Amino acid sequence: MSVAPAEVERPEAAQEVVPDTPWVTIVWNDPVNLMSYVTYVFQQVFGYSRRKAEKLMLDVHHKGRAVVSSGTRESMERDVAVLHGYGLWATVSHDK
Amino acid sequence: MSAAEETGDVVQGFRRIRRGGVTARFDHSQAGIIRALVSQVAELVGEPEEAPDAPGTEEPGPAGAGNPLADLASLLDSRAPEGPPEDPALARLLPDAYRDDAEAAGEFRRFTEEELRSGKVAAAQTVLATLPEDGGKVDLSTEDAQVWLRALNDVRLTLGVRLSITEDFAERVLDLDPADPRSAYLWIYDWLTFLQETLVRALR
Repeated sequence: MSVAPAEVERPEAAQEVVPDTPWVTIVWNDPVNLMSYVTYVFQQVFGYSRRKAEKLMLDVHHKGRAVVSSGTRESMERDVAVLHGYGLWATVSHDK
Repeated sequence: MSAAEETGDVVQGFRRIRRGGVTARFDHSQAGIIRALVSQVAELVGEPEEAPDAPGTEEPGPAGAGNPLADLASLLDSRAPEGPPEDPALARLLPDAYRDDAEAAGEFRRFTEEELRSGKVAAAQTVLATLPEDGGKVDLSTEDAQVWLRALNDVRLTLGVRLSITEDFAERVLDLDPADPRSAYLWIYDWLTFLQETLVRALR
């Protein structure tokens, strides 16, 4: 994931993201989810700014996938469970 | 992903109301369509894969959900993780959390699927509770509107699989022969897409 300058992050993310915990949540593109909805979900779930959420949404749309959060395996599983609740196609993975 | 077409005609979607929340108006048939579709999704995700003590169940669904013996068996045999549902629409609503690790995906499913299912059923029930059968004006709190958003999305995901929706959907729906039996469902899908788009915009 690219490093975005001065974005609003959810507070807990700052504590969870440690370089030695290479787990990520990936969201995959699908033909049904609306671009506006995906952006909205990223803002709601992660507390990301509209700008950051839109950038991630466009990455999913154009590249087929995007890393939307990183941290411990447990927190990534929580993120994926929440995203599944919203109907996004999300998976947990080791960062590479 | 898809982007909803701009629709500037008489079709009304959701709009924000000043005192908070959103509002929309549905006629009798629109209310009937939404109610029928969210009910079907609730039925799809709410149905246990295996119904214990239900004689005459012909389909031997995948092991798991709610059957204590199946749970015990899968606990004892760690090599038999729960797989994704066989129905592709259900598999889309309840996707694997790990792509290339069936065991981890099965483990995740075992601990989270029930809650995911019940959340989707609850969302459908919220829509049914707030949308009168005859239609009319629907005022939703922001919280209920967010639940509607998820419920409408689950309906669209289900229809998307059933109708083999692709990203060039907009061209397909225009090119389709009106006599094609899928035509009506594609128009409904298109309308739900518009409705969901107006709801997102009203909420942000």
